[in-house]
Amino acid sequence: MKKVFKLEDLDCANCAKKMENAINKIDGVESATVSFISQKLTITADDARFDEIMKKAAAECKKIEPDCTIIM
Amino acid sequence: MSKKQKKMLARIIISFVILIAEMIFFGVTKADIGIWKLALFLIPYLIIGYDILRKAVLGIIHLQFFDESFLMTVATIGAFATGEYAEGTAVMLFYQVGELFQSCAVSKSRKSISELMDIRPDYANIEDENGKLIQVDPEEVEIGSVITVKAGEKVPLDGVIISGTSAVDTSALTGESIPRDVCEGGEIISGCVNLTGILKIRVTKEFGQSTVSKILELVENSQEKKSKSENFISKFARIYTPAVVIGALLLAFIPPLLTGGELGKWVYRAMTFLVISCPCALVISIPLTFFSGIGGASKAGILIKGGNYLEALANAGVVVFDKTGTLTKGSFEVTAVHSDKMDKDALLETAALAEMYSDHPISLSLKRAWGKECDSSRIENVKEIAGHGVKAVIDGKIVLAGNMKLMKTENISEAHDCHHAGTAVHVAVNGEYMGHIIISDALKEGAKEAMEGLRNMGVRKTVMLTGDDRRVGEQCAKALGIDEYHAELLPADKVDCVEKLLAEKPPKKTLIFVGDGINDAPVLTRADIGIAMGAMGSDAAIEAADVVLLDDDPRKIPLAIKIAGKTASIVRQNIVFALGVKLLTLILGALGIANMWAAVFADVGVSVIAILNAMRAMRVKR
Repeated sequence: MKKVFKLEDLDCANCAKKMENAINKIDGVESATVSFISQKLTITADDARFDEIMKKAAAECKKIEPDCTIIM
Repeated sequence: MSKKQKKMLARIIISFVILIAEMIFFGVTKADIGIWKLALFLIPYLIIGYDILRKAVLGIIHLQFFDESFLMTVATIGAFATGEYAEGTAVMLFYQVGELFQSCAVSKSRKSISELMDIRPDYANIEDENGKLIQVDPEEVEIGSVITVKAGEKVPLDGVIISGTSAVDTSALTGESIPRDVCEGGEIISGCVNLTGILKIRVTKEFGQSTVSKILELVENSQEKKSKSENFISKFARIYTPAVVIGALLLAFIPPLLTGGELGKWVYRAMTFLVISCPCALVISIPLTFFSGIGGASKAGILIKGGNYLEALANAGVVVFDKTGTLTKGSFEVTAVHSDKMDKDALLETAALAEMYSDHPISLSLKRAWGKECDSSRIENVKEIAGHGVKAVIDGKIVLAGNMKLMKTENISEAHDCHHAGTAVHVAVNGEYMGHIIISDALKEGAKEAMEGLRNMGVRKTVMLTGDDRRVGEQCAKALGIDEYHAELLPADKVDCVEKLLAEKPPKKTLIFVGDGINDAPVLTRADIGIAMGAMGSDAAIEAADVVLLDDDPRKIPLAIKIAGKTASIVRQNIVFALGVKLLTLILGALGIANMWAAVFADVGVSVIAILNAMRAMRVKR
């Protein structure tokens, strides 16, 4: 399943890059792109585990940029 | 400015005023109040930098060491530790000013790019039960509903006009500024602006499937396809930051150990290293440059599916064209009338009358060329001879109209071939040869200019592929000044041809294939870049191609390459500029010439300049 999420308070481009790398490393994620310009996360991941994966992704984002939240 | 940015501005002003006051106070009085001086400077420092400190602490908890907040915190606390209170505060202040600039520049560019692609309709007008027009969300309109579009409104959904005539402005989609006339029965696509009359449209596609949605989706998704430069920067960033941090550590401790110099001086120099260690300028500006290039191109009706394709377009070396529908109009037209005996108009009239009952494209083009209503009372005994032509009696005379085979079987001995390429319709009246009419596919307007444009853009070779016969191909290639042509190709041969051209081309140059996207999907995918033309409404073409031209103007191809070239050169400028300034500051910092201020400039200042430079890619000159 492919979904697009808006990211709030993503203020740093380098963080966006790091988030993208971190989310891509999550098990079950097929591909993920974090666009700093459009402030969006596009993620393709395993259907069955999607919610669980998104939780992990949100946690990764928080780790890298504490103020940034994924709007689900 | 957003609320957040305004708040930041207030913090900057407050802490700036306090800092200046304190600097003047300590400068004038030279007061030595020990720990109190530190406390006084901590006030503006905390006002301006509390969020950075907080992020730095959270970063440490999450084991994220090399982020900017952490580095700024280490650098400014380092300055405080060496007794440079004013400088530590000032650097934090300067950093925040830079960040604010950067954030404003990014939001401004984000806004102007999205304005550029402002084709999303806000509402659709439909009639309620009482016949009154109400505005609804375009997403709620179902297929088959009738919508009303008033003058000045955007067409919200694709459909067929059931009543009204008007001129529509398609410039938001195609970049074409001349309005297009539409009338009852015609198809209309979403995103056009209705200029004059009221149109009633029967919706044929849901909003999600409409042209506007397709275009927006395509442009938005373009950021998922990373260019080589972006991938390079990603890899580079992974090495760069740790390398600079290690450099900073070495700089702080090795020289004092070796020379026995004072530790503080070297720690300060190391701090400047840390400030420069963020690759932000590159990480922001490169995708932004590609995005603004893509935005600018889409304004001109050129949709590019990703930064990687933009980059490949900039290196175009060979451009391969499909003939029919790409360089030619794909519709048959009478291009020459060669009369041996009778008047030219009379010859055309005779041929048109003879073919009046046929729906063959050639017959249709004859009738179109004649342009008058055919009077069926003048014609009788029509006999169609398959593969040959028509035999009929017109105004009492026996007329033959058809190909050479027909002339031969009917023993018309004077009949002769024509030097023009194309399909010839020979005409004989009462057994006497009258002449022939040449019907061929007309060249598209702008096709020749497109070839010149491509050569000016540095394309080394243009090639044309066609399934038509050799003479037609040759004539077309010659007329347009195309370097090489291959004719009489089957669809599979086209792929082989492209394979061969791919193998021949210089390795750093790319091969572009341009087709109408209808039956050349395999070639479109095989080429380095596939461009589909006139793809408005054709989903298959949008799917298969890497670059989609919304209208079918061949001149858009050199324009696309030009935009790509400009974008690529801005990317290069930004890489060279950002890395150059950083490297220079690193060296000067190590030598103790560049101070922390220069370091902050090398970080955020460079980012801001690179962002502003990136925005240039959006402006497309025609």
